[in-house]
Amino acid sequence: MRTGDPHIEVRGLTMRYGARVIQRDLEFTVNRGDVFVIMGGSGCGKSTLLKHMIGLLEPATGEVLYDGVSFQRAGAAGRDALRRRWGITYQSGGLFSAMTLAENVALPLQQYTPLDAAAIADVVAYKLALVGLAGFEDYYPSEISGGMQKRAGLARAIALDPEILFFDEPSAGLDPLSSRLLDELILHMRDALGVTVVIVTHELASIFAIGNNSVYLDAESRTMLDHGDPKELRERSRHETVRRFLARAGTEGT
Amino acid sequence: MSAAAAPRAASCTLERRGERVVLVLAGDWLLARGGPSAAGELHDVTASGARELGFDCTALGDWDSLLVTLLHRLDAACEQAGVTLLGDGLPEGAQRLLALAGAVPRRGEAPPAHPVWWRRLLGGQILAGAWRGLLDALGFIGEIVLACGRLLRGRANTRAVDFFWFLQQTGPAAIGIVTLISVLVGMILAYLGSVQLRQFGAQVYVADLVGIGMVREMGALMTGVIMAGRTGAAFAAQLGTMQTREEIDAVRTLGIDPTEFLVLPRLLALVLVMPLLTLYSGVLGMCGGALVALGMDVSWTQYLNETRNAVTLAHIMTGEAKAVAFGVVIAVAGCHAGMRCGRSSEAVGKATTRAVVSAIVWLIVADAAFNILYQRLGI
Repeated sequence: MRTGDPHIEVRGLTMRYGARVIQRDLEFTVNRGDVFVIMGGSGCGKSTLLKHMIGLLEPATGEVLYDGVSFQRAGAAGRDALRRRWGITYQSGGLFSAMTLAENVALPLQQYTPLDAAAIADVVAYKLALVGLAGFEDYYPSEISGGMQKRAGLARAIALDPEILFFDEPSAGLDPLSSRLLDELILHMRDALGVTVVIVTHELASIFAIGNNSVYLDAESRTMLDHGDPKELRERSRHETVRRFLARAGTEGT
Repeated sequence: MSAAAAPRAASCTLERRGERVVLVLAGDWLLARGGPSAAGELHDVTASGARELGFDCTALGDWDSLLVTLLHRLDAACEQAGVTLLGDGLPEGAQRLLALAGAVPRRGEAPPAHPVWWRRLLGGQILAGAWRGLLDALGFIGEIVLACGRLLRGRANTRAVDFFWFLQQTGPAAIGIVTLISVLVGMILAYLGSVQLRQFGAQVYVADLVGIGMVREMGALMTGVIMAGRTGAAFAAQLGTMQTREEIDAVRTLGIDPTEFLVLPRLLALVLVMPLLTLYSGVLGMCGGALVALGMDVSWTQYLNETRNAVTLAHIMTGEAKAVAFGVVIAVAGCHAGMRCGRSSEAVGKATTRAVVSAIVWLIVADAAFNILYQRLGI
């Protein structure tokens, strides 16, 4: 289980809402330690793909393998074991509004570790410090800003030291500075914790700043056009759509 | 994070090596297994008088956040006691995480106070809150009256399509449950009366009891309770969710009065529907009573005649007047709770609860007031 080994493999995945096909025949591999970007225009099914990868939606055909284990073919216990190795940050934080930040982060720890209340409080303080929210334990989500809510969501996602971190539009609704700080935080986490990161985003600045592997979903043809390092795709993708999508970054002066 | 064969218990011991103290970490430090609290070591480090703290990790096995949590606490304690923490003995990953956790300084500001309910009661905050809520409700009713005035002059932003939509939602969609409850209440009244009336051989007067009881009292009240739970709660949840999703802000900034646009169609629909449902409920209740009476040797014709004699137009109008008032009470309670909802999912729950509870309380209060009034007027 070294950096560079295949970590997540998506095999022949077709996603469908009823009779409407969202994306078909998706086939790509995320390696251990990658920062993998799922990109594409609005409405192409980026978030839907993420929901399929984390098992919130069932694929029409195909499967997702984690370290060679198929999530779709795993039983209830197997799925639970896989889920425990993931941390997921939702678009608007997904924090429980009736709980303080400390209670939010403590929830998975109470659920899955034998630690007592004092030890959990220590871990919570450390996790909040890690995302730059030291001292915010007793705040409710509604009492902090949107960017802080995202970071608090991240603190909850990393509570159990996951092997894979999923982000759904981490920079949506953030100003460029907060968005860049969050990008840096994601990179630091990757380096320090050795996690694999999967990000849904269409922020070109983020894509080039942190992504080293990616897949481009096309809304027109309903399938993936290309995959690989976004910096290489910008220069050498076989598809003009992908090159154009990524080249807009140059005109914006990132 | 090397792979270890067999799990070993986590341990930490403090050793004095010359000028510095050294914390010897051994075993597997994993969240999933737990470790020592290390409160004693933490205290010793600061009490030892040493100026430097080093680490010996030669016997350290697997580790994760549990280890870094301890280091994070140590770091804070050392900083307070003026001890220098030398991280070079630690695994590289742990050093980096420790640095990341210390990158943003702790905030000095105290968090906002969240006192428990009995403290707020002692402090008079709950009472003050209730008073403010009452004043606010009066203001809300005032806004509705003004909006109604504008509607009558044809200058309100109330859409007919919304009104008909809520008419459908509050009326026909509620027929099923009103039918069931009304028949059952009619039967209950009949059973209640028959116990007494049978002693005098006066079973036939069950018809009077059920007829007057349903039309004057139970029809309006039971319909009111059903609508409070069904429609009042729905109003509060819809408007509350609109508040959390900033839809009400959007209405306001488009220059549309939210009272005209959101509250009036709901209020008018409910006020129109309540008397109709109450009438329907009264008739169904009498049918329920008849079912029970038939089983007590009262013939269908007898029951019908007795009902026709007992239930006068005055009885019906008293019930209808109540129904209109109840409709206003339920719609105002539901819409007020929804419009004043906070911006979180928890707040929507609170708004819904408040809508139903205050609607039912004010229903009963209004009902009592109507009965006292009718008594005085001799209706």
